Amino acid sequence: MALTRDDVAHLASLARIDLSDAEQDKMLGELGVILDSVALVQQAPTQGVEPMSHPLPLTNVTRPDVRRPSLTSAQALSGAPAQEQQRFSVPRILDED
Amino acid sequence: MTTDLTRRSAAEMASLLSTKEVSSVELTQAHLDRTDAVDGLVHSYLHVDHEGALAQARAVDERRAAGDDLHVLAGVPIAVKDILTTIGLPTTAGSRILEGWIPPYDATVVTRLREAGMPILGKTNLDEFAMGSSTEHSAYGPSRNPWDLERIPGGSGGGSSSVVASFQAPLAIGTDTGGSIRQPAALTGTVGTKPTYGGVSRYGLVALASSLDQAGPCARSVLDTALLHAVIAGHDPLDSTSIDAPVPAVVEAARRADVSGMIVGVIKQLTGEGYQAGVQTRFDEAVALLVDRGATVVEVDCPSFDYALATYYLILPSEASSNLAKFDAMRYGLRVPPAGVDAPSAEQVMAASRDAGFGDEVKRRIILGTYALSSGYYAAYYGQAQKVRRLIADDFARAFATADVLLSPTAPTTAFKLGEKLDDPMAMYRGDVATIPANLAGVPGMSLPSGLADEDGLPTGIQILAPATQDDRLYAVGAALEAALVAQWGAPLLTRAPELTEGELR
Repeated sequence: MALTRDDVAHLASLARIDLSDAEQDKMLGELGVILDSVALVQQAPTQGVEPMSHPLPLTNVTRPDVRRPSLTSAQALSGAPAQEQQRFSVPRILDED
Repeated sequence: MTTDLTRRSAAEMASLLSTKEVSSVELTQAHLDRTDAVDGLVHSYLHVDHEGALAQARAVDERRAAGDDLHVLAGVPIAVKDILTTIGLPTTAGSRILEGWIPPYDATVVTRLREAGMPILGKTNLDEFAMGSSTEHSAYGPSRNPWDLERIPGGSGGGSSSVVASFQAPLAIGTDTGGSIRQPAALTGTVGTKPTYGGVSRYGLVALASSLDQAGPCARSVLDTALLHAVIAGHDPLDSTSIDAPVPAVVEAARRADVSGMIVGVIKQLTGEGYQAGVQTRFDEAVALLVDRGATVVEVDCPSFDYALATYYLILPSEASSNLAKFDAMRYGLRVPPAGVDAPSAEQVMAASRDAGFGDEVKRRIILGTYALSSGYYAAYYGQAQKVRRLIADDFARAFATADVLLSPTAPTTAFKLGEKLDDPMAMYRGDVATIPANLAGVPGMSLPSGLADEDGLPTGIQILAPATQDDRLYAVGAALEAALVAQWGAPLLTRAPELTEGELR
């Protein structure tokens, strides 16, 4: 199924990226070509094949619940776009209402 | 003397250091001088750390003078792809969204380089978040191929390959998600290895696609590549996907350089049609040389490899869309308020910041990944790709039941011209067709120079693949082939690269 421009706008919104109208137009054309090519996977004979999400068999790794050295708050905040009182300062998160 | 020093192999540099014929400060300064002279042409570096590198060199010289027991590569300088975190040195991942960010911690690979006493010269250029096959998607401008400055050095690790090919560093660290160590190595006449997935820690590597990414060594010879591989490999408790097993004896294998009695498999799906004539010719000759050295050649059939490119370009964007969600303008990186909005919400700031901070290729892949994972399309795209990934891994398992290593050309063509494929993503993606299967299955791969293509005089590469955790086989075969080729050429391939004159090309 071909993507529409509304689809691209919706996907950009889900991905939290503001795209200009021109960017959306360009993206629509490029994604169409890419999706046509990757749709090839649907022709592979995969009946009864177990999906493989990772090249290694993964097991949960835990460590002892003991304190160990970590970043200081100054180090953790060192790349913050804005900070206040040793905390990250962020824009409004809750809506007015 | 300066030029001579930078043209030595890392192994020779290590030997000169151990006998105190040269100091690490002299060696490091020689490389910094070379960078000052030629990096304006090739743009391999995003950041050069003159003072830091010399301070590390002085420290190792002092330890040597004091008689300390040092690592074999102690004092040999190195460059690091700018996607690994480095204390005190900017880490941008080639993106505007991380411009100016200085990490408060080192990647484990970087920690191991520091522990080995290897001065870090600087951070090398890359496609933004390692998304690309040409280094043209770097937000800071492309790197160029030392063989022809109008051409790309490969990608995403074009900075790490070109820094080594232009004698600005004897060694570099790269990362390989779909071929970003091996393809640039092929296009610049250098050597690069993607270790077994989990063989080298990914802690501190800015993640692109976590189930595919793998850091590894870039160098000018197979032995140098092995020496660096041995420094960075091994279990790391900070990375839960790190393999807890002894590191394969890669240096010993490189020194052994023996293929007698080995069975090498040529992958049917990765030769012939779609491969440039000069690339295919050099590949066929290299395979014949291995036969001369005692190997037996068989053809292996890996039918699912025909789906590898499509599988990769569904799995990678899906993982990337998740990994790059952390660039939300809250804790680090760029924060851009949306235009014309009074008291914007966090969500609006996030969307505006990501639009301003990410380049076209990154946006394309995040949105593609968002689509592939979205309700209604998941089964047809991501779910199906995961099943095909299993088929590809099964093809490898069958192939390795009949052959000790597998061979193919590394890239289908030699280096193309800057701008040639920028507006055609699928044409760009096809450059990784031969390297991608190894990432999907987690097996190790190496690229080494196989010669120059007759039609354009540019480097071509041969790829060697081995079963997971058997990285040493790459080095045994690679070193044997390298010895045979260099004997035939009379000198290493890079001696035929044009001289770079001092200057600036922007």
